Amino acid sequence: MWSFSNIANEIHTWLSSQLPPIWATIVEMVIAGVAVIGLFAILGLVLVIMERKVAAWIQIRLGPNRVGPKGMFQSMADTVKLLVKEGMTPNGADKLMFNVAPFIAMIVAMLLMAPIGFAKDFQLWDLNIGVLYITAISSISVIGILMAGWASNNKYSLLGAMRSGAQIVSYELSAGLAILTIIVLTGSLQLSDIVQAQADGWWIFKGHLPVIIAFLIFITAVTAETNRAPFDLAEAESELTAGFHTEYSGMKFALFFLAEYINVFIVCAIGATLFLGGWMPFHIGNWEGFNHVMDYIPSSVWFFGKTFFLIFVIMWFRWTFPRLRIDQLLNLEWKYLLPISMINLLLVTLIAILGWHF
Amino acid sequence: MFLKDYIKEVAGALKSLASGMKMTGYYFTHHKEIITEEYPDNRNSLVLAERFKGEVVMTHDENNEHACTGCTACELACPNATIKIITKFDVDEATGKKKKALDTFIYHLELCTLCNLCVDACPTGAIKMAPTFEHSVFDRNQLTKKLNNPGSKIRAGVE
Ligand code: SF4
Ligand code: SF4
Repeated sequence: MWSFSNIANEIHTWLSSQLPPIWATIVEMVIAGVAVIGLFAILGLVLVIMERKVAAWIQIRLGPNRVGPKGMFQSMADTVKLLVKEGMTPNGADKLMFNVAPFIAMIVAMLLMAPIGFAKDFQLWDLNIGVLYITAISSISVIGILMAGWASNNKYSLLGAMRSGAQIVSYELSAGLAILTIIVLTGSLQLSDIVQAQADGWWIFKGHLPVIIAFLIFITAVTAETNRAPFDLAEAESELTAGFHTEYSGMKFALFFLAEYINVFIVCAIGATLFLGGWMPFHIGNWEGFNHVMDYIPSSVWFFGKTFFLIFVIMWFRWTFPRLRIDQLLNLEWKYLLPISMINLLLVTLIAILGWHF
Repeated sequence: MFLKDYIKEVAGALKSLASGMKMTGYYFTHHKEIITEEYPDNRNSLVLAERFKGEVVMTHDENNEHACTGCTACELACPNATIKIITKFDVDEATGKKKKALDTFIYHLELCTLCNLCVDACPTGAIKMAPTFEHSVFDRNQLTKKLNNPGSKIRAGVE
């Protein structure tokens, strides 16, 4: 059967037969880098048009419908527009920091792609501390935002960056605790192990109520971490014009914009991997026949299906809920999400020790 | 007690969030609710809200008669000096008495904020809001309009 892992293996064996090992590795790295950049471009185009269509339908509008069939090429037209625009740097800005910040945002997004398993046996880097790596790297994104806000020499940007810092730092806690519940159940930080552990059912079904609570907390926290409405205080069009990227234009703005969508994709991919089984097809316990039928659907379809479902849920949040005030935002984290996820983690630990999960 | 309130609060919050998502989910799946008008593609089948206010017009019936007595209440009510009423004196045929009547109703669309105060002020209901909106012209003199039709007169019995 056609699959990603076969292609990867074929490329690997062909390269190894042609080149010395060190060069084969280097060429493979270049191929992986190009593939990731290509994936970014496609994701950016798809997610932007998806967001605009979802927003329109939720708000009883039609959405973009002029460019291409049903407006599907709208985001391509927008990209071309952004490419030909002038990328300006304000006079009072810290030039170096201002120009480096969007690339930091992008690089963080690229680094996060490494441990994600897109399909069966198809992963860039299956390191044994995958989950820790993801939580660690994703915190770096706040540096890009703070840099952009500070270097812009603009009050809106600075306020946006500060808010974003407070927000990302506090919501990382409950996101981390929610991730820990799955690690407690699986007993491994390696993403491939976590997916394997869900071969007889996804954690969200196997783990009873506590895992469902952890899932809800995870979704809330990552929505906040990616600075999306209802937690978009860092951008807050109506109060801060555009927050930390107020002063950015042209391609530098596009990089921030793209990084936001890539981050949404990544957190949804992680959520899908941890709670919904990643590329693992929908299996129920040991119903062999049923599980076999499900295996016929390729694993990459499962992975992208789940990820896009979660992305849709996050978009649904964005276009339903009003923005929180900064005090409400911090209240929600410190008075509700954090205590609940702590108690929840204890419960899950109990379940894991007593073996009550399926 | 504290714990009970806390749990109640969380449950209430979840419920209200869920009801909001139900509403938007309904709109997301029911595309027949979409209210976007694809103007100008559907210029001929445009549906405008009943209360849409595009400009002030004076209603005339089939005999080319209107209900304006020339009382200038609308002119006084207008905050932007949009309306200028020019009156004349008609002679009542039956009694031979002189009577004030409307000569010209001048309306400056370019000054109007469509606030509806003039329509509210009119004691005889002579003017109303029309649902037109394609007002752009190259010369703004064209926006100054005469609302009473040429040769029109006041309907008999309107005081
Ligand atoms: S709608 Fe308001 S602004 Fe326009 S003419 Fe009437 S009173 Fe004046
Ligand atoms: S339109 Fe109405 S308010 Fe204005 S002058 Fe005529 S009768 Fe009076």
